[in-house]
Amino acid sequence: MRPSARSLNESERYCVRSLIFIDMPETRAKLLQSLSPRVGQNVKTGESRARLGNLMPSATTTGKPLRKGAPIDWTKVVLNGAMPLAGVLAALAIAGIFLALLKVDPLTAYKSLVDGALGSTFGLTQTLVKATPLLLVGLGICIAFRANVINIGAEGQIIMGALAGAALPLSMPGLPGFVLVPLACIGGFAAGAFWGFIPGILKARLRVNEILSTIMMNAIALQFMNFLLQGPLMDPENVRRGTFLAQSARLPKEVWLPRLVPQTLLHSGLFIAIILAVVVYIFLWRTTIGYQIRAVGLSPDASGYAGIDVRANIALSMTLAGGFAGLAGVIEVIGVQHRLLEGLTSGYGFTGIVAALLGGLHPIGLIPASVVFGGLLVGADKMQRAVQIPSSLVTAILGMIVLFVSGAGIWAKSWAAKRLAGRPQGTEATK
Amino acid sequence: MTAAREAVRPKTGRVEMRDIVKRFPGVLANSGVCFDVVPGEVHALLGENGAGKSTLMRQLYGMYRPDSGQIIVDGTVRNFRSPADAIAAGIGMIHQHFMLVPTMTVAQNVALGLPSGRGPFTDTKGVSKEVTRLGNEYGLKVDPDAFVWQLSVGEQQRVEIIKALYRGAGLVILDEPTAVLTPQEVEDLFTTFRTMLTEGHSLIFISHKLYEVKAISDRVTVLRDGQVVGSGRTCDLSQQDLVHMMVGREVKDPDPRPHTPGPELVKMQGLKAMGDRGLEALRGIDLSIRSGEILGLAGVSGNGQKELAECLAGMRKLSSGKLLVEGHDMTNATVNERFDRGMAFIPEERMRDGAIREFTVGENVFLHDHMSKRFRRWIFLSFDRMREHALSLVELFSVKTPSLEVPIKNLSGGNIQKLIMARELSRDPFFLVAAQPTRGVDIGASEYIHDSLLAQREKGMAILLISEDLDELRGLSDRIAVMYEGGIIGIVDRGSSTVEELGFMMAGVTLEQMRKDGASTGKACP
Repeated sequence: MRPSARSLNESERYCVRSLIFIDMPETRAKLLQSLSPRVGQNVKTGESRARLGNLMPSATTTGKPLRKGAPIDWTKVVLNGAMPLAGVLAALAIAGIFLALLKVDPLTAYKSLVDGALGSTFGLTQTLVKATPLLLVGLGICIAFRANVINIGAEGQIIMGALAGAALPLSMPGLPGFVLVPLACIGGFAAGAFWGFIPGILKARLRVNEILSTIMMNAIALQFMNFLLQGPLMDPENVRRGTFLAQSARLPKEVWLPRLVPQTLLHSGLFIAIILAVVVYIFLWRTTIGYQIRAVGLSPDASGYAGIDVRANIALSMTLAGGFAGLAGVIEVIGVQHRLLEGLTSGYGFTGIVAALLGGLHPIGLIPASVVFGGLLVGADKMQRAVQIPSSLVTAILGMIVLFVSGAGIWAKSWAAKRLAGRPQGTEATK
Repeated sequence: MTAAREAVRPKTGRVEMRDIVKRFPGVLANSGVCFDVVPGEVHALLGENGAGKSTLMRQLYGMYRPDSGQIIVDGTVRNFRSPADAIAAGIGMIHQHFMLVPTMTVAQNVALGLPSGRGPFTDTKGVSKEVTRLGNEYGLKVDPDAFVWQLSVGEQQRVEIIKALYRGAGLVILDEPTAVLTPQEVEDLFTTFRTMLTEGHSLIFISHKLYEVKAISDRVTVLRDGQVVGSGRTCDLSQQDLVHMMVGREVKDPDPRPHTPGPELVKMQGLKAMGDRGLEALRGIDLSIRSGEILGLAGVSGNGQKELAECLAGMRKLSSGKLLVEGHDMTNATVNERFDRGMAFIPEERMRDGAIREFTVGENVFLHDHMSKRFRRWIFLSFDRMREHALSLVELFSVKTPSLEVPIKNLSGGNIQKLIMARELSRDPFFLVAAQPTRGVDIGASEYIHDSLLAQREKGMAILLISEDLDELRGLSDRIAVMYEGGIIGIVDRGSSTVEELGFMMAGVTLEQMRKDGASTGKACP
């Protein structure tokens, strides 16, 4: 009954068990070799796995050697890819009913949507321009979500980042671009991070609900920007002319991000965002800090028992989320608008959450997801103009897409679980 | 309104459960249990954890439906679909964890879910009056306008009882009602019970505590492994009889391996701590554990073992007392400081506290050690070393897993526990706290875990083994300490104690009391 290493006797087994706790692989291997050459080989290098399998048949389920990678479950791959797509299509179908009720031909409407997003160079580049801040915001949302913290405060964090990203270059004209651009980016990241740190530390220390606090932080940031735009930051040109437009002066040319396609707004910030997506992926899955953040998000109890500082990681994840949103604000300022002005966020802080969800809260999945949402935003504009439908319906369609995609995800999961349950060898096989 | 309530209040008559069978996946919780209550009596239900007491009562209260068997109330067979049906039949239940809304007042809680006497409007005044009347009548003093969050645990329990009475319960089921109370509150509660009995109510009293059962009940039924092992008038049964029925079973001989413990490694001095419900859960624990010694900690769950384990792990603050490990003061040490000093923990809730369900087997293996130089380079995790380490643990502890990349939740309980054990031992600790290490683990894995513990003892480790399994404790421990109501009621050497003696101590009878009288306190037969 008892699983045992049959070819080792009792005392050998005991020795082996004690020896693995020696913290020096070389010494351990040597000791093991002196005990039994076969075992030593195996444990030292892990090469003769199959032979070890023979030695200790009970170590594996079916006599198969332990494999390096998990088996690829093709059903899962197909489901992961196809389900979001099916969700989008289902949402569009239902939205089509609403369009029909408004006496608009859904096909015409959708054609104008696709046309607007992909049909022209300008449309295509606009899609990518809008995808950039969504991607950056979404990266922060991903990090926060992995720590089980929901950051609704990206709007405010974008604003704080944009403020810093505009104020720094304005206050230091004449510096070269290679100084100004990093300075603006770091300043904006720091400002957004600070705006995320406040609700983060409140949650970690006092268990203040982060959803409520970040929403309020949004309002504060918005009014703070309005105040600065009406006062200290207002374009002196405007004041001189007496127009009093609520916008800042134009930033020095040195800090503008280079345009990738002439006559369009597409700028090199897109590359920054994509590179950061890879960085965040590595951060979350390859570093100790990312490991801790994910552990805290999945099980604060087990993390606490493992000596991980749960509070610090909650605060950290919010700080990073704020930083990425702040960076989105900077990029928007130095890449697109070249000045600070009202309505700069365009709701990216909220749409970014939705994009992050569509991307499966995965930094790499977020790249296509933000392009999809960028395209929807651009296409929706065109659709609105082409078929004369209220813009709120466009928002409703976006909402439905998220609902259907996440619903499809849940459905796929429960379906997979049922399939496993129906298969007696499934999880039971590991017993 | 009051008059109307009087009219509908049923005096529930004889309640009978016949041949109740209830299965859960893999467990036969009740097999052919018969149980009955007549008006005006207290029927105590006694048994160890997992004996099937709560399951039986939940069926009577309509929370579960029996697989087979009948529930007969006043001569008619009833088929309760939900607690609402049971309440309508005059059955009330006071759960161990109260079902109250903290932000509402007492009166609002009592009236919750019931039709108001004033149509669409709430009738707070009427309810308040009725609550006060019931309180006076049954000695359940509580302010009807106080908010529940302001009340002590004892007062909340009174609200629960008032709630049941207000709903016209003739039969009230009380699931371990004294577990959360101070001795004075227990006295008051028993007074209330006696009043209720004279009013014609009947009570089912679930408990572990023998003297309470002897003090209050008229009849007692003992469950073990889902079956009735004994039933009769309380006055006819001695405490000895009851303990024997509760724990009686084939007793294995303790492990005879000889060994001599070394010097004292761990010293606990007057440890005190608060529990989750704001009561003192630890009331001064003094224990010492020597190198190469397994100290068993027995006790019915809820007597402070969980809290003690959490305090040792650094997850719960001590309110006073001192913890010394190898002479170092670890009273307020952080979790990591405890690890560094050679402490290791196998938590009771292994899936909640010991592992992260969604993490893979490999990721779980270095949950504690991911910051050690061995597994990281700067901020990057060293997956190769982790894999090597995980593979050696998996192989040498015979953890059955398809690969290192599957989420740990896919493994069986026994394999998860072996992995946790392997992980903790691989950190080469010299003080291990193992809480319920073999609960819910299959026999093979249990034996493996036991062997590992004994092997570590021989290597000189000090082990605190917290368990509810007396066989396990008697088989492995060098000494057994018994916890009762947050204190150590007695410590016995291995082999010098019988299962009955341990059972007595777990039920709150000290060794001295045991020797003094054959334990026949309580009601005398008429």
